[in-house]
Amino acid sequence: MPLLLTEEQAMLRDSARGFLAEHGPVAHLRELRDTRDATGFSRELWARFAEMGFTGLLVPESFGGSGLGHVEAGVVMEEIGRNLTPSPFLATALLTASAIMRAGTAEQKAEYLRKIGAGQLIGALAVDEAPKHRPAAIAMTARRRGNGFALDGAKGFVVDGHVADLMIVAARTSGAPGDREGLTLFLVDPKTKGIETERTAMVDAHNAARVTFRDVLVDADAVLGEVDAGGKVLDGVLNIGRAAVAAELVGTGEEAFGRTVAYLKERKQFGKAIGQFQALQHRAAHLYGELEVTRSAVLKALQMLDSDFDSAGPYVAIAKRRQVEHAGRAGGGPDARRHGHDGRLRHRPLHEARARRPGVVRRHEFPRQRAGQTERLLNRRTHFARCGRCGAHASLL
Amino acid sequence: MSDLQTFRRETRAWLEANCPPEMRKPVLSEDDTCWGGKRWKFQSDAQRVWLERMAGRGWTAPEWPKAYGGGGLEREEAKVLRAEMRALGCRSPLDSFGIWMLGPALLKFGSEQQKAHYLPQITRGEVRWCQGYSEPNAGSDLASLQTRAEDKGDHFLVNGQKIWTSYADKADWIFCLVRTDFAAKKHEGISFILFDMTSPGVTTRPITLISGKSPFCETFFDNVKVPKSQLVGTLNKGWDIAKYLLTHERDMIGGMGDRASARPLGQIAAHLLGANAAGELADPILRGEIATFEIDEAAFRFTMERAGDMMKAGQGNPAFSSVLKYYGTELNKRRNELLMSAGGSDALEWESERSHTGALARGWLRSKANSIEGGTSEVQLNIVAKRILGLPDA
Repeated sequence: MPLLLTEEQAMLRDSARGFLAEHGPVAHLRELRDTRDATGFSRELWARFAEMGFTGLLVPESFGGSGLGHVEAGVVMEEIGRNLTPSPFLATALLTASAIMRAGTAEQKAEYLRKIGAGQLIGALAVDEAPKHRPAAIAMTARRRGNGFALDGAKGFVVDGHVADLMIVAARTSGAPGDREGLTLFLVDPKTKGIETERTAMVDAHNAARVTFRDVLVDADAVLGEVDAGGKVLDGVLNIGRAAVAAELVGTGEEAFGRTVAYLKERKQFGKAIGQFQALQHRAAHLYGELEVTRSAVLKALQMLDSDFDSAGPYVAIAKRRQVEHAGRAGGGPDARRHGHDGRLRHRPLHEARARRPGVVRRHEFPRQRAGQTERLLNRRTHFARCGRCGAHASLL
Repeated sequence: MSDLQTFRRETRAWLEANCPPEMRKPVLSEDDTCWGGKRWKFQSDAQRVWLERMAGRGWTAPEWPKAYGGGGLEREEAKVLRAEMRALGCRSPLDSFGIWMLGPALLKFGSEQQKAHYLPQITRGEVRWCQGYSEPNAGSDLASLQTRAEDKGDHFLVNGQKIWTSYADKADWIFCLVRTDFAAKKHEGISFILFDMTSPGVTTRPITLISGKSPFCETFFDNVKVPKSQLVGTLNKGWDIAKYLLTHERDMIGGMGDRASARPLGQIAAHLLGANAAGELADPILRGEIATFEIDEAAFRFTMERAGDMMKAGQGNPAFSSVLKYYGTELNKRRNELLMSAGGSDALEWESERSHTGALARGWLRSKANSIEGGTSEVQLNIVAKRILGLPDA
């Protein structure tokens, strides 16, 4: 298979690019952030995602979805990354949908997949319990009680956890924290008694929550997949998430890089465009190479998920690690520096500031800044980033 | 079963049956590679047999047309062949500037007669070629080259000097850039000619490098007669061929970040350094660095694959070869640094048999030239900045 997008995939990219640039540009995220929007994404936009077929992208056609693959999921994620569009696409359309597709019973699939595809159900995956992403370290317990289980524990960094209609919760039914075996996945209604959710505003203005479970009772049919065998399902689903986030950051990195290159051509100092200076040319050319190498690794991982899912792990790890190291650098460090103070403005990042107020640094905005906008762009969802690193070490040595 | 799956199965079976066991061992030093040529002495029967068998199938140049001694494979088939060779640890049957550089240029610019004559000799490893590009005053600014070829009716008379000519002393023929119009602008008076290194008036003088080896030569031309039939393409249009060939040279040098690595660095390091009970490298910091390196190397390999696919699909930018050259050579230097770290003081041995006469150290020192030869890293970055990113000239 050529390591390229097919014609159909390129068409999907073009339509996603146009759609997201129009309906989900960076300004959209800023508005939600600055008004402290309670949902953190636009339900109206999510309904449009459904019209575009994005919500059910992975969902089989028999459940009303598009039945597309992971490359297509990555194509949409890349455009989301380019615009920083806030949406439940990752947690719902990719993680929740694929967990149910891969492990669900016929009844569970029938109940949830169609709703996901129609944009009527928001899902969230609750895995992490500590700042580092270590699925095997899960300590949260699910003890047999009556006809079902009682869940006790606490989860953090649950993406979209504060608005989810359905939570997939990984808990321990046997073994001890650190064991890869003994995990079970549960489909949990977040409104169940004993669940408390605290929304956590994150540095990148994207959605996450801390969720505590105190003696939360669920029925036996809430189990997703086999009891004690949730680890393998989780591995597969997390691989999809890692590759998807890698693709998202390819888009973010490329967007930041593109803006920087445009700025190098436009900004004049010492009477000439700063892009004429070899010191900056070389940094830009170097970053271009890193981005392209990363793009190759990400596409390879996505293709592997489609062609040989069970062998895709190392490829996903390579993509994830590359993306964290290099797409991150492309948008975060040197680029921000090349934009000088403008790169640190919160509301007018990158060349927008220049274009509107050439030569003027908007000092009145400085008190509002906490971290450079360009850095923020790249710091998203380290959840999946971290495991890419340790996963790679484990699989390659 | 798809055609490609059938091809994979058959290829694997053929390689298993035909690649001698000695040719599946890792290449430990440059002495293990086969360069072919009229004066080539095979290091072993296995090396000779492996070349003959692969050349017999056209698989020393898998994607060239069968009519010129190639394998006539589709790109996807060639990928399968490479992957299967990698999986079995097969050595390259033939390393050849003819295959990597001259061949692609001849396929594009050569006359039918030239292709039919030169290409099959190349694929069989019968003629070893060298590249006459750099001169003492034409390095990064290659187009300022001064070697002259005067029109003498039925032949050119060549006078001048080349330098950093890789393996000129071992090569049978040279592909050479010469100035044929002395009044024209520097890019417009260059021609691309081929000639026999045994022609009267050609002398070579090896240059000893810090690795203690002499892969490069100074090459002198003193009234060398070159028949006009050995001009490739159009007179004074040689720069187009030179540039095209350079993209292949850059792919080739960049590819060292991949090709040299049939055996994972982690395994080599574990062998040198030892591993704990869990099979992990005894040095956790080096282990992390090697993992990071291998990730970059794998990602680079995918990038070479993608770049080739893009060119094939007509979506490529020729300047992308500068990304590959830059990236691949920096990787290869990193690889050698890591090998030296893993080898510790053993890696400093220079002459012992135990160290294969200092193979690690010599390879490490040799790798320093990677980011110079074929255009420096800085030149590659200039090309990317200008031709891909469209940044303005200084």
